[in-house]
Amino acid sequence: MSILIDENTKFIIQGITGREAVTMAKELLDYGSKLVGGVTPGRKGREVHGVPVEDTVRAFTDNQPIDASVISVPPAFAADAVNEAIEAGIKLLVVVTERIPRKQVAQFVEYAEQEDVRLIGPNCLGIISPGKSKLGGVGGALESCKQAFQPGSIGVMSRSGGMTTEIANSLSESGLGISTAISIGGDAIIGSTYAELMPLFDQDPETKGIAIYSEPGGRAEYELAEYMESTGSKLPVVAFMAGRFMDEMPGMRFGHAGTIVEGKADTTSEKIVKLSESGISVAEKIEDIPALLKQRIS
Amino acid sequence: MRFYEYEAKQVLKKYSIPLPNSLFVQNSDSAFNAATDLSTDVVIKSQVLSGGRMKAGGIDFANSPEEVKIKSQTILELDINGLHPVGVLIEEKKNVVQEYFAAVTYDGRAKKPVIIFSDMGGIDIEEVANSHPDHLSRTHFSAAKPFSPFTAKNAVSAVGVTGRELNQLSGIVTNLCKLFLERDLTLAEINPIGKLEDGSIIALDCHLDMESEARNTHSAFLTEIGVPEEDNRQARPPTQFEIDAANVDAADTRGVAGNLTEFDGNLGLIIGAGGGSLTLFDAVRAAGGNPANYCEIGGNPSVAKAANLTKLICSQPKVDKVAVMMNVVSNTRVDIVARGVIKGCIEAGFDPAEKIAIFRIPGSWEEEGFALLERYGVDYVDRSVSMHEAAQRAVQKMKGI
Repeated sequence: MSILIDENTKFIIQGITGREAVTMAKELLDYGSKLVGGVTPGRKGREVHGVPVEDTVRAFTDNQPIDASVISVPPAFAADAVNEAIEAGIKLLVVVTERIPRKQVAQFVEYAEQEDVRLIGPNCLGIISPGKSKLGGVGGALESCKQAFQPGSIGVMSRSGGMTTEIANSLSESGLGISTAISIGGDAIIGSTYAELMPLFDQDPETKGIAIYSEPGGRAEYELAEYMESTGSKLPVVAFMAGRFMDEMPGMRFGHAGTIVEGKADTTSEKIVKLSESGISVAEKIEDIPALLKQRIS
Repeated sequence: MRFYEYEAKQVLKKYSIPLPNSLFVQNSDSAFNAATDLSTDVVIKSQVLSGGRMKAGGIDFANSPEEVKIKSQTILELDINGLHPVGVLIEEKKNVVQEYFAAVTYDGRAKKPVIIFSDMGGIDIEEVANSHPDHLSRTHFSAAKPFSPFTAKNAVSAVGVTGRELNQLSGIVTNLCKLFLERDLTLAEINPIGKLEDGSIIALDCHLDMESEARNTHSAFLTEIGVPEEDNRQARPPTQFEIDAANVDAADTRGVAGNLTEFDGNLGLIIGAGGGSLTLFDAVRAAGGNPANYCEIGGNPSVAKAANLTKLICSQPKVDKVAVMMNVVSNTRVDIVARGVIKGCIEAGFDPAEKIAIFRIPGSWEEEGFALLERYGVDYVDRSVSMHEAAQRAVQKMKGI
């Protein structure tokens, strides 16, 4: 099993003719993902690596069931693209675009919630269920991707796209492998947080443990800690916290848009305390994650 | 991007929020004239992007233009938390009988904007939240729907305010919410809001942050307020090294090679991407290394862009060696970064085999990249060497181990 996507997930890419999206389309098709087409206004009739391009999302959804859309358009058009996909009835959206103003994110996240749409991102690299499918640029080209993401039993959630692959790679090398990995996005407001995705992993019989990558800024780690305490989730969780140096530099901006320390609760040291109290192990190095998980998976 | 208080007050004024009269000045003679114009007791307030001004001596009171002149001079020369003031605000002194707190910001958990309101203004709001929770309200609202004033009324009413104060405060909070939404702010805070002896209510101090991503959308508005376009408003002014790196990044739209922050050490870092940079910077410090800089590369930058950033970092007199490290990359090509850093190193006049302490970027196109590094004798490792191990090797090399 896996969560959110599997080998049958049919999806499109909005913004498919963009430079990065063309590369992504090739990688997705190489991986075996069921990418059925893409949307770029004014480019109807073209093909990208053999899949058709349409002007509208409706052009696809009117004719066949579409499970998901990967949104890779410039920031100025991102909110409109999300709204178009929601209105067309697509229930899973992966928003790759970064640098979307926070108000627009809050607006489309609210719309998605109203319409029961699962939204991942923005500012993320997507979802991968190794050996089945991936949506988004996560893992990159085929060979390197297969090496880093081997099928297995650990769910991964990461605020950093690149670190999703780094953590997955260490889990694959250790033999644990990955059930589903999700790059959840680095912005201050995201569609799906750790705590909101945990119930899906909890229900997945194949997932035996969780690895998360975390950063300063925001309260998502507190929400996860509360979820762990309130549900008594059986899954062992190991967290890695980056950006410890930022505790000494309040107000400076590093990394992602969500990574700015605005209060004491935002700092890595406060978050580490809270995560530890809720029973989550905190790894000092990426390479310590597999061993910590193995200790706790009985 | 944080506004100075004098700028923020101009913004509040545009949104019809009542304020004391004030004048922004940049020298003590102008301060004297401002006090003469205001012809009342005044507060002199340092204009600096830092909290804790009162404690640091950045705020003082005066009741004659002569006194204003002397005290302004002192405040203009006073650095607060390492920041030099851009001027002082000379403002009418008001006798306040009651203080309130109002702020609007985004709540990442609720994924919505939230109004935080208290009738215990002027003191640390986290302290109020802890010791007097009944004096603080949190009221979420939709960023998608038009803002309706009843939301502000609910926020004020929730702490027990009624009568004339309720209506006056609701009006101020409504305008604050409209300002927050219309101008893409991430924080709009007025603390304190003061009730005066005559019953009128005005904003005494405020803190506004605009989202950097939205600055272009509001360029005309910012010009009106007098905010210079190139002003980046970090917690401290940028160094030349940082400005040069920003120029490298801006010169080419493909990928990222910049967001550089200068540090005191001697190990130059060419690291990425966002999360990888945070992880690697920690790893270098944990291994006992002294970074000369933080930076971010990613999103598949061009050879020229990677080369120019490398050249810049290698050219800093304090940089002995550079470490080139990233997490396992997906969309950035290893061979392109390898080509760029070798080129930049040579252009700066150094032998890549000597100057590059370690190259650890595994992932897409790594075979081609590793072949190139081999040819130039650069010490590289693949994904079997972890980020922390790579950082440690770089630090050991710096120490001659």
